[in-house]
Amino acid sequence: MESQEARRVLVVPGEAFAEGDYKVLTPSYVVKVNKKYVAAVVGLAQINNETKEIAVIPLEGCYVPQPEDLVVGYVVDLGLTSWELDIRAPFTATLYAVDFLGRPVNPAKEDLSRYLAVGDTVLAKVEVFDRNRGPVVTTKGKGLGKVTRGTIVEISPVKVARVIGRKGSMHQLLEGETGCEVLVARNGRILINCPNKELEDVLVMAILKIEREAHIPGLTDRVKEFIIREKVKRGLIGGEAKAD
Amino acid sequence: MERPRLIREDGLRHDGRKYDELRPVRITVGALNKASGSALVEYGGTKVLAAVYGPREIPQKHLLLPDRAIIRCRYHMLSFSTHERKSPALTRREVELSKVIREALEPVVMSETFPRTAIDIFIEVINADGGTRTAAVTAASLALADAGVPMRDLVVGVAVGKIDGVLLLDVDELEDMFGEADMPVAVAPSLGLITLLQLNGVLTREEFDAALKLALKGAAQIYEKSREALRDKYMKVRVEE
Amino acid sequence: MSHTPSLELVIPRLKASTIVSILKKGMRSSGRGLMEYRPIEIVPGYVRNADGSALVRLGNTVVVAGVKLEVGSPYPDAPNEGALVVNAEFVPTALSTFEPGPPDENAIELARVIDRSLRELKAIDMSKLVIVPGRRVWVVYIDIYALDHDGNLVDASSIATLAALMNTSLPKVEVDESGNVRVDRGTRASPLPLRNRVITVTIAKAENVMFVDPDLEEESVAETRLVVAVSEDGRIAGLQKSGAGGFTEAEVLTALDIALKAGEELIKKLVISNLGGLKAGSATPTGSSAP
Repeated sequence: MESQEARRVLVVPGEAFAEGDYKVLTPSYVVKVNKKYVAAVVGLAQINNETKEIAVIPLEGCYVPQPEDLVVGYVVDLGLTSWELDIRAPFTATLYAVDFLGRPVNPAKEDLSRYLAVGDTVLAKVEVFDRNRGPVVTTKGKGLGKVTRGTIVEISPVKVARVIGRKGSMHQLLEGETGCEVLVARNGRILINCPNKELEDVLVMAILKIEREAHIPGLTDRVKEFIIREKVKRGLIGGEAKAD
Repeated sequence: MERPRLIREDGLRHDGRKYDELRPVRITVGALNKASGSALVEYGGTKVLAAVYGPREIPQKHLLLPDRAIIRCRYHMLSFSTHERKSPALTRREVELSKVIREALEPVVMSETFPRTAIDIFIEVINADGGTRTAAVTAASLALADAGVPMRDLVVGVAVGKIDGVLLLDVDELEDMFGEADMPVAVAPSLGLITLLQLNGVLTREEFDAALKLALKGAAQIYEKSREALRDKYMKVRVEE
Repeated sequence: MSHTPSLELVIPRLKASTIVSILKKGMRSSGRGLMEYRPIEIVPGYVRNADGSALVRLGNTVVVAGVKLEVGSPYPDAPNEGALVVNAEFVPTALSTFEPGPPDENAIELARVIDRSLRELKAIDMSKLVIVPGRRVWVVYIDIYALDHDGNLVDASSIATLAALMNTSLPKVEVDESGNVRVDRGTRASPLPLRNRVITVTIAKAENVMFVDPDLEEESVAETRLVVAVSEDGRIAGLQKSGAGGFTEAEVLTALDIALKAGEELIKKLVISNLGGLKAGSATPTGSSAP
């Protein structure tokens, strides 16, 4: 795992990081100039010479919706038959009332704010997005809909992959070590439900640490140590709580 | 104001620089909290802050383009940034510079990635000591990169002046005030593209060719510092123990 | 705030690609050569009430420039010099997308580019515009109006400005013992003291092909332009890259070769036409005298 992380290079826009013929996995963030592959964003360039694949994982940037993405949206506006959600993308997302309620609405008789008002939080899935029209989200699906409990931690959308980790390893670590329910939405909003406030504090601190140190190798081990240390400090698990 | 001696007897400039020497360049990427991206750039006594918001939707829908993002740019000087107080309202100079700075950045921004949105660039000149527009281009380009806006290259700016018949790199305000010509240049070095070129003054053809060479040489140094500054934002993050 | 403009002219892709492919062959759809200006017609003294004026027709682009001289105070840092104020407006007659209102960034840029070329070259001898030293001087107001826009407003404006300055004369003034200035506009004392002539040459670039004097369609397909102010004595009196896009170093050097040559020819043409003594007010902006 560490060896794979070591093959990442920090790149900045305009920087050539590979030459020859590769398959570009992240076409939005790589430009080809005279046979050279040039980064278009500040990010980590990954070069796989075995599979002949390259990618640049951005370290900054807004959330770009993809169909099937799980997102946490905040209601910012409502129309006659739909709501507008802020999903941290360049465009607000539309949630149709017929989708949310599972039946047609009569705007003359029903006020949509009865179901979702401005400021409400919604867990949804991106249904369509083609960059020319704003994204449309759906709440059809298990666990989707209005969020009524828990709290939200916001991190940069481009760091989400690190909170999930390879094959979900970081996510499992966070849940396992804190006993909290952690739901990582693709747009950088993380919904958490914890047994108590102390554990919630530890979890939030751990998530923010992941965001800060996302580009530094050895992240998983550091986060695990961090959580254990914080739990010991708070007397949440056995061992000698260090006085400091 | 009396014209001071701008080239000393030892051949150096009034501040001790050589003809092809930049002032100290200081760059902080991510200088602000709320903006999508930001940068503070200093060329000697010139201090310019740039912030980028977006890509985002804007209320002025009629401005948006169906096939790409629009870039909006405002170059503005704080009222106390100059020797004489500047009226806070936008002057004709600021209107023109907002345009040429935007046009210096347009060629590198991959605006086709975000149709029907706006990328807003706000530039505030905090202290003016010559070369504010070129420092502004450098700052704006770094703020765009810090916001994660895809770009084909960074753009950096630097000015060349002619004083007493001598071409000087990165002129400060005193040199500009008494000089014969001031030529601001911005370039995307990896693309080899000159994206801002103005000349305020008179040059012969030979002088121009030499001035452009000098500007490109200075720009290459600022480019390296810009790349370093972008990386620094991440390199300086220490693992907390 | 400056923003990416909508196209002034939406050209069908098919047509745009035709324009570019002809340019790439070293020609233009109108039959002009890449380095050839459209026919230029200059009407000096077009506006009788101005102290100097000219109407310029560059192909189908029409611009009128007028000079008004007013008695004013000198700038504090130049007490014994006259003053220069250049203003440009793109009036709504010129194009369907031009709206009434204060000058937009394009008009401001144009005025400032022309202002700088005159100022930096010291084209007007400002020291000869002093009426009462340190107190009263002539202020030269140059106002440029784009009446009909078919591309290259900058060069058309620059030609009109120079032509107008070349037929500007100073009114007679009397200064009484208490320093009051009385202007007699009916009597002309002397021509405006011009020391050096300057003209802009605009070079447009579309897919690495460079050409002078773009018309509106060509401007719409061009990525960018370089405006070069060229002095009578063959020096570069100003530069302005305008429009999104950029130039390589080699392209800039080529553009300057083109501009210096074209500028020299333009100034020659202008001097001849102004000396030719075309009758003042003999043409209308939409008249049939256009070639």
